[in-house]
Amino acid sequence: MHVNFMKYKWLYFGISLLILIPGVFSLFRYGLRLSIDFTGGTLLEIQSSPADFKKIASDQKLDLSSVQSSAEGIYLLRFKSLDASQSAKFQAAIGTGVVEKRYESVGPVVGAEMTKKALLAVVLASLAIVVYIAWSFKGVPKPYSSWKFGVSAVVALLHDALVVLGLFSLFGHLYHVEIDALFVTAILTVIGFSVHDTIVVFDRVRENLPKMYNKPFSEIVDFSLTETLVRSLNTSLTVILTLTALLLFGGETIRWFVVALLVGIVSGTYSSIFNAAPLLVIWETKRK
Amino acid sequence: MRSHIIILTIILLAVVSNLPSRLQIGNLSLYRPRIDFTLLGRRFYRDLSLKLGLDLSGGVHLVYQADTSSLPDSDRAAAVEATRVNIERRVNSLGVAEPIIQTSKAGSDYRLIVELAGISDINQATSLIGQTAQLEFRSTAVATPSSAADFTSTGLTGRDLRLAQVQFDSGKAAGQPVVSIEFSPDGAKKFSEITSKSIGKPLAIFLDNQLVTAPTVQTAITDGRAVISGNFTPDEAKKLTIQLNAGALPIPIHIIEQRNIGATLGVESIHKSLVAAAVGLVVIWLFMIVNYGLKGLLADLALIVYILIFLALIKLIPITLTLAGIAGFVLSIGMAVDANILIFERMKEELRWGRPLKAAVELGFHRAWTSVRDSNASSLITAGLLFWFGTGSVRGFALTLAVGILVSLFTSITVTRSLLRLVYAR
Repeated sequence: MHVNFMKYKWLYFGISLLILIPGVFSLFRYGLRLSIDFTGGTLLEIQSSPADFKKIASDQKLDLSSVQSSAEGIYLLRFKSLDASQSAKFQAAIGTGVVEKRYESVGPVVGAEMTKKALLAVVLASLAIVVYIAWSFKGVPKPYSSWKFGVSAVVALLHDALVVLGLFSLFGHLYHVEIDALFVTAILTVIGFSVHDTIVVFDRVRENLPKMYNKPFSEIVDFSLTETLVRSLNTSLTVILTLTALLLFGGETIRWFVVALLVGIVSGTYSSIFNAAPLLVIWETKRK
Repeated sequence: MRSHIIILTIILLAVVSNLPSRLQIGNLSLYRPRIDFTLLGRRFYRDLSLKLGLDLSGGVHLVYQADTSSLPDSDRAAAVEATRVNIERRVNSLGVAEPIIQTSKAGSDYRLIVELAGISDINQATSLIGQTAQLEFRSTAVATPSSAADFTSTGLTGRDLRLAQVQFDSGKAAGQPVVSIEFSPDGAKKFSEITSKSIGKPLAIFLDNQLVTAPTVQTAITDGRAVISGNFTPDEAKKLTIQLNAGALPIPIHIIEQRNIGATLGVESIHKSLVAAAVGLVVIWLFMIVNYGLKGLLADLALIVYILIFLALIKLIPITLTLAGIAGFVLSIGMAVDANILIFERMKEELRWGRPLKAAVELGFHRAWTSVRDSNASSLITAGLLFWFGTGSVRGFALTLAVGILVSLFTSITVTRSLLRLVYAR
């Protein structure tokens, strides 16, 4: 007794595409709103009464690129570059009662390095996971290939990374959400967790292959998915529950970090069942 | 039996590490023990207090780029280390509780990372660190000077010094440690003039206006190299070279990154994260009991053990706790029971397939292992890459994640299995 998951496999890909298209469109159209971690520059968060920051900046010949009010009386100011003494002078010009909450300045070299390393980390993580799964699943009986298991899992995790990236590109456009070092952390954590779910399913396929040697592959996968469905959902649910607690109570500073994790993990649960498994079925049954 | 004892010992150690630093029971005060021993010449000291990152405690984070282009490759690491010691000395005068001054290498670039918790004035910090050297050579007209006032400035300062090193005398006092110093071309010229003028007289080295040593000049020195001999012990000679190198500021540094985090933001964050952690924990507890009944309750007990061991390890390693790290910890509470879920679901299956209860419990652990192993391995791989990719708070997150995964494997498998065996022994 099992659910016939594979009957609708093209529908699952269709749903993924529907979710991906707006995000990917936004990525091409608007790109990502990168923080000073990547671009270099200065971020100044101050508490003050309203003032004409732009004018003060231009009077002092400072390159103020954006002003954002995050809460009442709290302003986030972004400069191309602003050293500590310029910052002091700038704050003095605003008037009395200015409280500096945060001052961050990153040089362009550091920013460029960060971008390179972040991309490299995602690529390396994907490669390492393909290799690990291929190695760990090397016992699957012929004619099945453990590399196909590995690559299917990684396609699913790249799907999840793309969902999060696309969504944050939209968020950046709509709500001025920035991509910072923490966001890269969230993406890599999502990557690690996405494979978590996929492996639970694949592990069961590996176990069922010898037992059900006379059944077609798609039926074996259907059977394995049915058997592992509850635990896939439950393991994701526990993480979603704690993340929801963080989202509701964890405060402003890490809010978008938690949102990225949450979206990625929901997407990871979907993709392991509805992308990784069907992909494996299509690939493994294509041969004559 | 033996595994029970090992588990209990680990739990006990974790509990002790997590006690408040001073516990008052009636008239009795208990103090949390400190770890302090020396093994193979390396001192191991932990006071078992939580180290908070700058985003939680508030403070100044500075990254300097060291310009080593004027130095040959072989001298670079030593020069950067000397600069670090210099900065450390200057920072100590700020009275920061535990300043962190680290060197790091990015490609061929050397960086110095300075973290000052509790400092809010970034200008004060940068001007102090960036101040120029105060090493000075002073000459005297008096043959046997009695006080610092007898010396007059020569104009030869730390800017003219390139490197100081400990060496061992090969001449008549063989094996005696001496300090060799090397001047820049400019400094060598000045040094040659000064020494030729003061043969037979002491030439004093002052560091931050304090007399360090005043060796007597034997001959004029023209090659820009000098040896300071005195009755140094090896430790004294080493300390002097560090001071000299530090005073000399062998390489220019400039700021490439600076962050100033207000303290109020940190305190708020800690409170909010703690609330989130507590809520998350209670929800997970209920979730496990609702879904798995008695087994779930045992997993919940294992989860408490997980939290105890996790916190103890954070203090022991020690890992600096950042906001992202706390988020990682809350996340890991959700992930810590995942192995339990995989195992319990397997047990349900084994029962459905007609196994007797006791066998089903054992098989549940045994057969769920491959999926538990593989899924956690993939998380460890990404945690490793995160550690490599990141600095500061990202590394904190990666470390907390990795520690969380490893500890959760222990509690969700070993501890839960022991509890289950106790309950289902009959």
